[in-house]
Amino acid sequence: MTSSMEFLVNGSLRLALHTLAEGEGRPLLLLHGLGEQSPMSRPEWTSVWNGPVLALDFTGHGESDVPVSGGYTPEGLMSDVDAVLAERGPVTIVGRGFGAWVGLLVAGARTSHVHGVVLFDGSGAVGGGSQPPTPYVNVLPASGTTKPDPYALLELSRDPRPPDYALDYVRFILEDSEIENPIVVSARIRPEWLAAVASDIGVIELPLEQAIESFA
Amino acid sequence: MPSTDQTREFPGAKAPERTGSIDSSGLRLALNEWGDPDAPVLAMVHGGFDFSRTFDVFAPMIAEAGWRVVAWDARGHGDSDHAHMYGWSADVRDHLAAIQSISSEPIVLLGHSKGGGQLLDLLDGRPSLAKAFVNLDGLPSQFSSPDVNDRERRRMRRADLASGLDRRRRRNELSRRPDTIEGLAERRQPMNPRLSSEWLEYLVTVGARHDDEGWRWKIDPVLHLGGFGPWRPGWSLDHLAALEMPFLGVLSGVQDDPMGWKSRHGDIEPYLPPGGRLEYYDDIGHFLHIEQSRFIADLVLEFLEPLR
Repeated sequence: MTSSMEFLVNGSLRLALHTLAEGEGRPLLLLHGLGEQSPMSRPEWTSVWNGPVLALDFTGHGESDVPVSGGYTPEGLMSDVDAVLAERGPVTIVGRGFGAWVGLLVAGARTSHVHGVVLFDGSGAVGGGSQPPTPYVNVLPASGTTKPDPYALLELSRDPRPPDYALDYVRFILEDSEIENPIVVSARIRPEWLAAVASDIGVIELPLEQAIESFA
Repeated sequence: MPSTDQTREFPGAKAPERTGSIDSSGLRLALNEWGDPDAPVLAMVHGGFDFSRTFDVFAPMIAEAGWRVVAWDARGHGDSDHAHMYGWSADVRDHLAAIQSISSEPIVLLGHSKGGGQLLDLLDGRPSLAKAFVNLDGLPSQFSSPDVNDRERRRMRRADLASGLDRRRRRNELSRRPDTIEGLAERRQPMNPRLSSEWLEYLVTVGARHDDEGWRWKIDPVLHLGGFGPWRPGWSLDHLAALEMPFLGVLSGVQDDPMGWKSRHGDIEPYLPPGGRLEYYDDIGHFLHIEQSRFIADLVLEFLEPLR
């Protein structure tokens, strides 16, 4: 069972933030993959973390609200994570798949509030690839409250993720971070953006639990 | 002393003859029309931070030549609903919803600036929507990107990121700053330095709303110029080369205009679709259809004449 859940306000929508484990100190924030939702209980692989363990449902997923007529972008969903940072202060992020991509972006945009990011396997890691995919434009029926929002699945599986764009965020993090190794790649599946991140000289690779422990 | 008159007129400007709305997956987009409702359809798509009433002079010129001109406000712009999220692909999808609501047959599409760039994407994926495409200074090219080094580019992106997130954090508190008609027009002038204050004041009266504190632009205050993301201007050229319908591109060659992508003839010409036509004017700014309405309308009508 989820220990507790609260709603954060992001514009006109509510975001569900789950507390999977209580504790003192900096929280570990879990970001789920595309089409997923937060785990209902604390994953075993977080057991090395003594502080609070939080998990956010992205917009259009899990217990969070569904916007009218989509418009999803990874950059837009950075504001979901930013709402957590505004409410709870600095965190360490573990992102799965799509959550790893957003985790990297927000870690680069809010360097003072993200103390380390772990990039792990999960749904939606590839996105649209390094270049825009073949155009596919379609209007879906108004989704109402269907979750995961069909527009989230459509739009967030097609966004381009050029490696050099990912490396810009790596530079933002490395230039500001007070941690020796603020980016850890634990993912085994490496789309081009993640392969580029992993090969950067300032990025290290560790198994998931060791990666989390390195920030504990 | 600012005028207390709350209306403005501009030579040739004509309010839409019909108004309505389009549903894009639950989001309401405002629709404006000029001309004979039974005439062949020409749809106009405005650029970023504009709205469909910016066609108030240009659209009637096309309509008077025997076209039903239809234009809609992008999400968050003009009289359309504000959305929770915005993005290039959402705009492209809204354009599809609008076009499909207007006609089941191919129509003529015209896009200015960002609207033209978005139609490039749409028509690469949905070529059967258009029987011809006119693009007014909406042809992004990687060759015309500002000459900045990597470090400067990253610094600009980083500043943009922080300000964008800050703005979203405060989105429930944001509102457009109220002003007089003259004040709002003056504040828009840096984006439109080649357009007259008379035109900009007219725009305020159709693109802003008046309340107890003054006039405020209708555009969603969370929107800002620039944005961020991985999108590269050069990606649009692949879409251009893929087109198969009759195509007219019109480029502004004024390099010091603050708006637009500054693409040059030589940047675009290699990517023209077969039979495509490209015109380049180094003495007309980015808002060609406003700055030289009659000249651009005649150019478009001449291009479309064989399609009547």
